[in-house]
Amino acid sequence: MSSINIVGAGLAGLSAAIALAEKGVGCTLISLQQSERAQSVLAEGGINAALDTMGENDRISEHFEDTLKGGAFLADPNAVMGLTNGAPEILRWLIGLGVPFNMKGGEVVLRNFGGQKKKRTAYARSSTGKIIMSAVIDEARKYEAKGLIKRFAHHELVSLIANSGSCTGVKIKDTYTDKTACLYGQVILCTGGMNGVFPKMTTGTTQNSGAAAAAAFCQGVVFSNLEMLQYHPTTIGISNKRCLVTEAARGEGGRLFIEKNGKPWYFMEEKYPELKNLMPRDVVAREMYFVRRQNDTGDSVYLDMTGLDDDTWKTKLSDLRAEIISYLAIDPGSEPVPVREGIHYFMGGIDVDELHRTNLKGLYAAGECTSQYHGANRLGGNSMLGALYGGRKAAQTALSERDGAYDDKEPVFSADDDKRLQEASPVFIEKLSEILLGAMGIVRSERGIKKALSALDELSAERGYNRRELDRLALAKAMLLSALERRESRGAHYREDCPETREELRKITAAAYADGSVNISFRAIPERRGSFEDKA
Amino acid sequence: MKIRLDILRRDSSEAAPYTQSFIYETDDENATVATALCDINSQAVIRDAEGNAAKPIKWQCSCLQKKCGACAMVINSKPRLACDAALKEFEKSGCVSLGPLRKFKNVADLMVDRSVMFDNLKALGAWLDDKTKADERTLDTAYDASRCLQCGCCLEVCPNFYPEGEFCGMSAAAPMSRLIAAMPKAQQRKAYKQYRAHIYEGCGKSLACRDICPAGIDIDAMLVNSNAAAVWKRRAWRKRGSD
Repeated sequence: MSSINIVGAGLAGLSAAIALAEKGVGCTLISLQQSERAQSVLAEGGINAALDTMGENDRISEHFEDTLKGGAFLADPNAVMGLTNGAPEILRWLIGLGVPFNMKGGEVVLRNFGGQKKKRTAYARSSTGKIIMSAVIDEARKYEAKGLIKRFAHHELVSLIANSGSCTGVKIKDTYTDKTACLYGQVILCTGGMNGVFPKMTTGTTQNSGAAAAAAFCQGVVFSNLEMLQYHPTTIGISNKRCLVTEAARGEGGRLFIEKNGKPWYFMEEKYPELKNLMPRDVVAREMYFVRRQNDTGDSVYLDMTGLDDDTWKTKLSDLRAEIISYLAIDPGSEPVPVREGIHYFMGGIDVDELHRTNLKGLYAAGECTSQYHGANRLGGNSMLGALYGGRKAAQTALSERDGAYDDKEPVFSADDDKRLQEASPVFIEKLSEILLGAMGIVRSERGIKKALSALDELSAERGYNRRELDRLALAKAMLLSALERRESRGAHYREDCPETREELRKITAAAYADGSVNISFRAIPERRGSFEDKA
Repeated sequence: MKIRLDILRRDSSEAAPYTQSFIYETDDENATVATALCDINSQAVIRDAEGNAAKPIKWQCSCLQKKCGACAMVINSKPRLACDAALKEFEKSGCVSLGPLRKFKNVADLMVDRSVMFDNLKALGAWLDDKTKADERTLDTAYDASRCLQCGCCLEVCPNFYPEGEFCGMSAAAPMSRLIAAMPKAQQRKAYKQYRAHIYEGCGKSLACRDICPAGIDIDAMLVNSNAAAVWKRRAWRKRGSD
């Protein structure tokens, strides 16, 4: 008799837990810290749904097409159809939970976001993630009080309990006592992006260490599209991390420029007259990189928000303004802000099918830890949607494949000398990150990737690594090999030596680990079927 | 910049506390207490100010940008977020003292178990029994309340809060004010009663919480709204600015 164990208590994990609880099914919700500390609270700009409240005749089919196109046609169209069909209902659910989205005349206001021609992004000023999380946490609490959601909120995933193609539970460590316990039953991984593979270089949290991804990979979970890293065009450097400047800043009228011959050059507006500053993130980040490299331009790209009116600042971007003033001592209302690309999102991750099943029976995954929905580049406003929808979907699938009743027997924590408990050394993680960054930037080449691979081989040849370090070496190798094998440019993966997009490579890069080696293969994207749920 | 960090440590909740100092040097002008703790723990061998090998410092941290509340601790006698305490502030004196929040169980070093805050919210019934309708008049209240980090700084300075007490403090009042504003009628009676017993009646109005809140939440305004509904049976929502 088994339970359903959810690892990660951010938006995806909470969504999965609530979906189960609504059906009266109990689950455990395992997280390193409370949900308030999850990376989901850092999401700023908003959440997409074709609600069509702005009189633009928006359609679900357009949300679908924009998402696929923004992702350079690498996403599973059937999964994206489910996502975009489900989006309006997700928004109505959030409104029912009391999320204070910006509203006007009784309707949710939608804003422009990158890669989308129509206003489709609902928001709560510029702290949408935090505001949504507060309401979803309250909703989960209702089921915690009923005993349906049982939190383990200072617990770390040590490993999956997996053998011969199936997963039957998780081993977790209480970080207060260092004792471990095994929880048996189906598992839904909602462990977020692997930010810690690039310490200090991403907009994410320190909690998202990448340890869960590395462990799962080396326990036989297939990962896909690992070469697809999203560099967000507008981040600012703060102590020990990159800090996001929401895309909403451009959605509300912010303009990117670089100095050229002593004058501001609004390069995005000149090069892309239709969507201008709101091209998909991969395009904007790449253009920023290229214009900076030109001989006749300045060293930094600036985001000019000086044209935004007081009301926009107050009701739509209040927290962003305060943040920039606090970190850079620049008031973006009166002075342009120097911005740079920063690693922001991992489109690649655990390979799941449309129903959020992994290759291991009994193991499901949702949210940023998966490669679902976003293909080669994620549209702004689709991450929280993907986490909420995906969490729910994974829960439904786990429920339909359940083979026992919920058992809320207390797990027994005891002292443990499992070698997996030894942490990876921070010095080692930094070294690994440097190697990866040398090859996995905005512009890549076979030469750069091969150089990184030989540096990785050299590092791997050293002795005395613990299990977690070995896991990280394997995951890093999978990232580099995925980038090497994709000999084309698509979405966030831009190869200077193969700048063209090749239709024959419109396939998923699958990375698998077995017997100590990493194997990369290409898998076909499922054929599109189904229809849109637009109202007539 | 060179700063000495004097850290109140303990190996476990049962172990005796001791102070250990570390010297942290950095060129990063924007470095914070959180930066220092991250960097000290990242060293291959951690040494204290006297050159002795030291264990990694246990503390909680996540976003490093004042949005998650994890790194709340007592910094020079004041509860603050480590990621919001710039080392520049301490440059003149050359040192800063760090200790764990004192109203919670000290797990080890700067790490505390804040589960009492979450247990209190559960006991209060801090959720919506049924779905609510969007109401533009309550958006401001809901937004401000939703910004609460659940960091615990307000409880540290509160003269009325103690973990075993009936009073749940402002970390419970903030989420409750969002819920009270959105609550379906059928839930109000019970929720108002809980609010009166565990928030309204326990608050001595010292308002120390208002000045310490790292999110700058105007808890005073929030109490006015919640008290109006739950105690005085009037609703007095502040109107949101035009959108």
